[in-house]
Amino acid sequence: MAIYLHRGQKILVQGITGRQGTFHAQQMRAFGANVVGGTSPGKGGTLVDGVPVFDTVREAVGETGATASIVFVPGPYTKDAAFEALENGIRLLVLIPEHVPVADSIDIVTRAQDLGADVVGPNTFGVISPGEGTKMGIMPNHIYRPGAVGVVARSGTLSYEIAYQLTNAGLGQSTVVGMGGDPVVGGTFVSVLQRFREDAATRAVVLVGEIGGSAEEEAADYLSTLGKPVVAYLAGRAAPAGKRMGHAGAIIERGRGTLESKERALSQAGARVVTVPWDVAPAVAEVLR
Amino acid sequence: MKLYEYLAKQILAEAGVPIPPGRVVDTPEDAAAAVREIGPVALKAQVLVGGRGKAGGIKFAETADEAPQVAKQILGMDLKGYRVDRLYAEGKLAIEREIYVSVTTDRSRRCPLVMASAHGGVEIEDVEDRHIVRRHVDPRVGVLPYFGKEMAYALDLTAGLAREFGDLVEKLYHIYRQYDAELVEINPLAVVDDHLVAADARLNVDDSALFRHRALPVVEEGTPTEHKVSEIGLAFVELDGDIAIMANGAGMAMATLDTIQHFGGRPANFLDAGGGASVEPTAQALAVLVGMHPKAIFVNIFGGITRCDDVAKAIIQVKNTDGIPVPLVVRLTGTNEKEGVALLEHEGISAYSEMDKAAQQVVALAGEGR
Repeated sequence: MAIYLHRGQKILVQGITGRQGTFHAQQMRAFGANVVGGTSPGKGGTLVDGVPVFDTVREAVGETGATASIVFVPGPYTKDAAFEALENGIRLLVLIPEHVPVADSIDIVTRAQDLGADVVGPNTFGVISPGEGTKMGIMPNHIYRPGAVGVVARSGTLSYEIAYQLTNAGLGQSTVVGMGGDPVVGGTFVSVLQRFREDAATRAVVLVGEIGGSAEEEAADYLSTLGKPVVAYLAGRAAPAGKRMGHAGAIIERGRGTLESKERALSQAGARVVTVPWDVAPAVAEVLR
Repeated sequence: MKLYEYLAKQILAEAGVPIPPGRVVDTPEDAAAAVREIGPVALKAQVLVGGRGKAGGIKFAETADEAPQVAKQILGMDLKGYRVDRLYAEGKLAIEREIYVSVTTDRSRRCPLVMASAHGGVEIEDVEDRHIVRRHVDPRVGVLPYFGKEMAYALDLTAGLAREFGDLVEKLYHIYRQYDAELVEINPLAVVDDHLVAADARLNVDDSALFRHRALPVVEEGTPTEHKVSEIGLAFVELDGDIAIMANGAGMAMATLDTIQHFGGRPANFLDAGGGASVEPTAQALAVLVGMHPKAIFVNIFGGITRCDDVAKAIIQVKNTDGIPVPLVVRLTGTNEKEGVALLEHEGISAYSEMDKAAQQVVALAGEGR
């Protein structure tokens, strides 16, 4: 079992003929993902590494029956791609692009809520479930192993670092979810934790957070319901207030979103909070013992 | 992107929000002319920092005779690190009371949020929670006049003011949507002669949406080095330490700063070289770090999509062209790690595979730490 993904799930790649789309469609298939088609306006009828390309999502869904899609288009075009997917029956949408206007993200998330669809991102590395042999994302394949640790992170490379250390410590992962580094994203720590709670394959959760917003504080309020041990590592202790640290959402604004407030909330809620990334794997080993 | 007050006011006025008479002034003589046109004015420094009044960036000129002298006190002054090049001369108001109102995005609820308080004129974060009225906007519906009117009654405004407030909130929400604003704030919203007037305004535009707003003037914030790196297309923040840092990915870069600080070092910057950076931008970014004249440089790479041998090649390229005159510590882990380490060792640069050992080493080489 896993969250969001399952073995054999039919996946579309929107923007499959672009450099990123082509490369990551190939990487996803190498990991075992069932990529049944891609879209690229004007290139319908062609193949990318043997995967059929369609002009529209409507056509792609009609031909393949896919209900999941991963989007590789520039930020300004993401809203159009996302709505095209949602209006044509896609119910799991992974939005990789960075620099999506926040107003567009609000519209996407609102529409997805009305349709009962799940949105991961934007500005995410995606979702991977090693045990299911599938992924929708841009993460490197070789660092993951099947196992019982769920990981939910705001940042890609930092989650890779942590997943790799878990793997090296013999701690495989059930599902690793990238929420996305933008201020407005489809998932919240709480919505992902709710899924981990229901997921029998997940025995412990690693939460990789950062400064900005209040998603970590809200996650803390949920921990007593989760009923599974949580190890948290948060980045941004050295960040000055008022500066965006790479992610559009990683900013301490008007005294809110500080690391101290997040660590305090998580720690008081019973999470094991570690302050350096290499302490995560040993802490997970301990809470699983 | 933050807009200067005078730009924000211009946009408010175009949307029909009442603002005091005013105009931009950039010389002392022009300040005198402004007083002759407007009457007694407040001369307000146009810089992107809050608390201008307390810092001496807002002064009053009652007559055209005294205006140049007052303007001279502000023009050219250093206001919290920003040089004042421009003033906004605005008709002095007889303010009866000060209200706060803003439209922003609630990240958790993922929808717009209108906030108002009868305790205006101070930064909203200094206002007690019980004095703030918050109301979320359903983006499918938007804001109609009743929305703000209801908030106005919660603030105990008179019926007349409540009607004006309802119209005002509708207009502010329109600006929020039209300009892809992160924040539209009027503080204080002044009551003058029993009418509402926007005495000060902030308008911050979502950087990701600037492609839709090419007509807006570009307002640059940040240091010269920050501008230079943003032109390469990388995320960079200058800090006040002396260990220069490059990492791939925003989270990794933040964690790298934290790790340096953990071992007692002082990071000079935040630099995200990108999650899948290739040789050229990595070399450019490293060259910028060398140009900052740090005590030491730390490159921390987790090779996922980024390949460690590409990073090694970028480092060697900079070493052999610009030169790297300060100690350099490299941490490489992941994709093509062996190839990367071999390339660096061939050039006499040692690479670590563990983040903690590498970070400790660079802090020691910078002569810092415990």
